[in-house]
Amino acid sequence: MKFINKIQVANLKGRGGAEFPTAFKWLSVAKGHLKEFNQPVFVVCNGAEGEPGMFKDGYILQNYPEKVIEGIKIAMDTLGAEKGYIYLRQDYLKKFKNHLKKYIGKLPIELTAEKIGYLGGEETTLLETIQGDRPEPRLKPPYPTEFGLLGCPTLINNVETFYQISQIQHNEYKNTRFFCISGDAPKKGVYEFPVDMSIGEILKRTKNVPRFNYFVQVGGGAAGEILTKEELNKPLIGAGGIIIYNLKKTDTKELIKKWVNFFFDYNCGKCVPCREGLYRLKEMLQKNEIDMVLLRSVLRTMRDTSFCPLGKSVYLPIDSMLESVKVNYKNKRDTK
Amino acid sequence: MKKITIKIDDKKITCAEGKMILHVAQENGIEIPHLCDHPDLQVKANCRMCVIKIKGRNGLFTACSTPVEDEMDIITDDREIRRSRKTNLELIFGEHHLDCENCTWGKRCGLLQYQKPLRAKITRFSNRKEKRPSKQFGPIIFEGKKCIDCRNCVEVCPVGYYEIEKRGIDISIEPSTNKNKDCVYCGQCIVHCPAGAIKSDGEFEEMEKVFELKKQGKVLVAQFAPSIRTSIGEEFGMPYGSIATDKLSAALKKLGFDYVFDTSVGADFTTTEEAGEAIERILSGKDLPIFTSCCPSWVKYVEFYHPHLRKNISHARSPQMMLSSIVKNYFAPKQKIDPKNIVMVSIMPCTAKKYEASRPELNFENGLKPIDYVWTTRELAWILKDKKIDLKTIKDDPADNPLGDPSGAGVLYGASGGVMESALRTAYFRLFGRDLQKVDFEQVRGQDGVKRAVVRLCKPVKFGGDKCVELRVAVVNGLKNAKIILDELKQDPKKYQFIEVMACPGGCIGGGGQPLPINEEIRKKRSASLYQIDKTKKIRLAHQNPQVQQVYKEFLTDKKLTKKMFEVDFKPEGKSKIKIKK
Ligand code: SF4
Ligand code: SF4
Ligand code: SF4
Ligand code: SF4
Ligand code: FES
Repeated sequence: MKFINKIQVANLKGRGGAEFPTAFKWLSVAKGHLKEFNQPVFVVCNGAEGEPGMFKDGYILQNYPEKVIEGIKIAMDTLGAEKGYIYLRQDYLKKFKNHLKKYIGKLPIELTAEKIGYLGGEETTLLETIQGDRPEPRLKPPYPTEFGLLGCPTLINNVETFYQISQIQHNEYKNTRFFCISGDAPKKGVYEFPVDMSIGEILKRTKNVPRFNYFVQVGGGAAGEILTKEELNKPLIGAGGIIIYNLKKTDTKELIKKWVNFFFDYNCGKCVPCREGLYRLKEMLQKNEIDMVLLRSVLRTMRDTSFCPLGKSVYLPIDSMLESVKVNYKNKRDTK
Repeated sequence: MKKITIKIDDKKITCAEGKMILHVAQENGIEIPHLCDHPDLQVKANCRMCVIKIKGRNGLFTACSTPVEDEMDIITDDREIRRSRKTNLELIFGEHHLDCENCTWGKRCGLLQYQKPLRAKITRFSNRKEKRPSKQFGPIIFEGKKCIDCRNCVEVCPVGYYEIEKRGIDISIEPSTNKNKDCVYCGQCIVHCPAGAIKSDGEFEEMEKVFELKKQGKVLVAQFAPSIRTSIGEEFGMPYGSIATDKLSAALKKLGFDYVFDTSVGADFTTTEEAGEAIERILSGKDLPIFTSCCPSWVKYVEFYHPHLRKNISHARSPQMMLSSIVKNYFAPKQKIDPKNIVMVSIMPCTAKKYEASRPELNFENGLKPIDYVWTTRELAWILKDKKIDLKTIKDDPADNPLGDPSGAGVLYGASGGVMESALRTAYFRLFGRDLQKVDFEQVRGQDGVKRAVVRLCKPVKFGGDKCVELRVAVVNGLKNAKIILDELKQDPKKYQFIEVMACPGGCIGGGGQPLPINEEIRKKRSASLYQIDKTKKIRLAHQNPQVQQVYKEFLTDKKLTKKMFEVDFKPEGKSKIKIKK
């Protein structure tokens, strides 16, 4: 409990993109455990990192595996967990397996593979995957903290979050986070900066302010918001990706199609707005003329009614692109 | 449970904590569109039609999956809500082949019901599933091009026959190709599908054939099952549980049937036979417990999944079969009708009865089939509507004699526990040669999944004292619950002596051939009316039915003949083939 307090003081937020206060999550698992004392508790480290433009978890696993493992161990000790899992996208698992095993040693921590790409990183889908069930999101509540793996209280934190836990333990946490910069950036890579540093400042510090006309996508290479260079005077919220696009060289229509195709490929097919909406978006975008009113109402309905974050997040990138950057659609209203 | 106060559309409502918003709204007469929610099933929340707003919270919530909390202030309708529902409904229409004329819902489905008020455009998107094939297994037809992926069928199927395949847009529900899994034809998937994507063979294309046969000089005979009299009215706008026995036979006659008989009389024969067999086996201790045999889904289930228990199934033919034995072998000659000229149409609440009627083991010695056609309740309603016969207004006309007037016990066959209760009433007579005075066996009634009872039958003191027999019985209501009893039997094979199993929840009143919708409330009402009929009948014991007694006296004079008419020995077949139709 003392340690949870420490997390709270540090004001650490989950680094998987949802920005949920980490201390809350831990507390809620602890409470879940109190309620059902006979049940085991599980700790899962989420290294699914399936969105384009995101590679900082890979970077951390490569460079600081001992810290990640230490973070997991602290969580397991603090919460009295029976077992830990490191859940990794398949290429990470291959790449880091031996290396991680060395640090795990005799700890009851198991390495396990993510199976379906992007959506596999969603917390409840992750649980279903580890359980060996059909990988798709669960209804919430109950939340994983109370009813997680096999119905037991389960803590799921991102790779970076566990890294930061270890930093907190050693009093080395400095309120920083990792950013991945990619796209048409001259100096692509992973950088660590204070969480509240503005996006513009990050580009400056990393010598990534382009000379050409550009826009950026922040948060992730599919679900992230599109910002013009005038809109960068604010810190990044959500997943830590910054992708720079050369305005002249970028076919914005193609880019939108690429996003839609990405979500289309990875949706699980459970709910109507996402499964059917993506299909119709794809269909509409293939045509020369687009019914913009219909396109927008499908997008809004997806945002407002989708079952899980995947379907909900299709709206933002497309809407912000349409708002901020010129996209040459021929509008045709279906008036029938 | 704690009571709380909430507001829905500014209406103050007191309700139990933890219930879902959708259900609280329904109970208070506030309709929120919903497609995937079914009171028999768990919350899935995948159609996203039931979205609502909660004051003080951001975004929309699905009413079927959000529990009420104290002081919640709920809005069920505004522009944003409507837009979302409309778009989702249009998306759903984009994966649903419209075939409203031939649909199990008869145009009363949720899709159409919500379409008008939401001003949804049915053809906004073309049906992307138009090329999906139909698959038939036994009498069940699954039409991929109508399926809206709600998964109700997957959950409701008692044997887990449906599997979810693929992901995303390619997701599809498929009958299992696993050789250890087979459909038992109960039709529960049909009556839980919001989109009419599953139907039974024949629906709704093959009824005309029968009338062609009449033109060729055949004699049309109809029989109608016990449970139908309290369900078919729904198709004609009558309240749930309306009793329509004599309207039903009137309508059948008007349709062109030459004779209309009541399957409940067949049930009286079944009871007479089965109670005799049960008592014999219980006294001799042979092949116990004895299982009822009138539900073909249950029989198929035992044959396929628990073949070692086949010997436990009663040899008694089911009511529709017994009635047909009598019609074709006793009634016909008596009326100087060539049995070959009779076309027997059996109106059943059940899809598995179609399968039963096709089983060759039931054919008579001369090769004649007992039942020529089985129509579901829905099929009969469909053809009546097609011929503009309004059940609601038609004048009563009772079924024909000599097979038209059942005992109260025969009518109870339509409800879970009814077969057991009928058998117990007659078992008493078999044991003591006297008729039971108090005939109600409340222990085996009701909607519980498993009903267990130790029934003590005692000879009245004034007729020779205190001789008593204790019967350990169980009633399984819904095939999903059979596992519970079968597990108990594994532990203790002697735990029960007599077990009734009905595959469909509530018994045949909840059968797979019944009008849609079906849920617990509706099952209760249909069932209550059957018990009502029993209560008002003068004769409530099957073996006392004079029509039954007459047949035994005039026709079934020797044991061999009775056996031929009333018993069957099934040869189980393997897994049914899945036929694919483009
Ligand atoms: S939003 Fe998409 S990914 Fe999420 S449950 Fe619905 S179909 Fe599956
Ligand atoms: S008919 Fe019954 S057993 Fe067959 S698939 Fe439907 S629910 Fe399952
Ligand atoms: S067949 Fe019917 S019940 Fe089954 S998933 Fe499709 S729409 Fe739902
Ligand atoms: S319970 Fe009745 S409706 Fe259900 S399968 Fe059996 S006979 Fe048919
Ligand atoms: S009824 Fe609520 S989502 Fe389907």
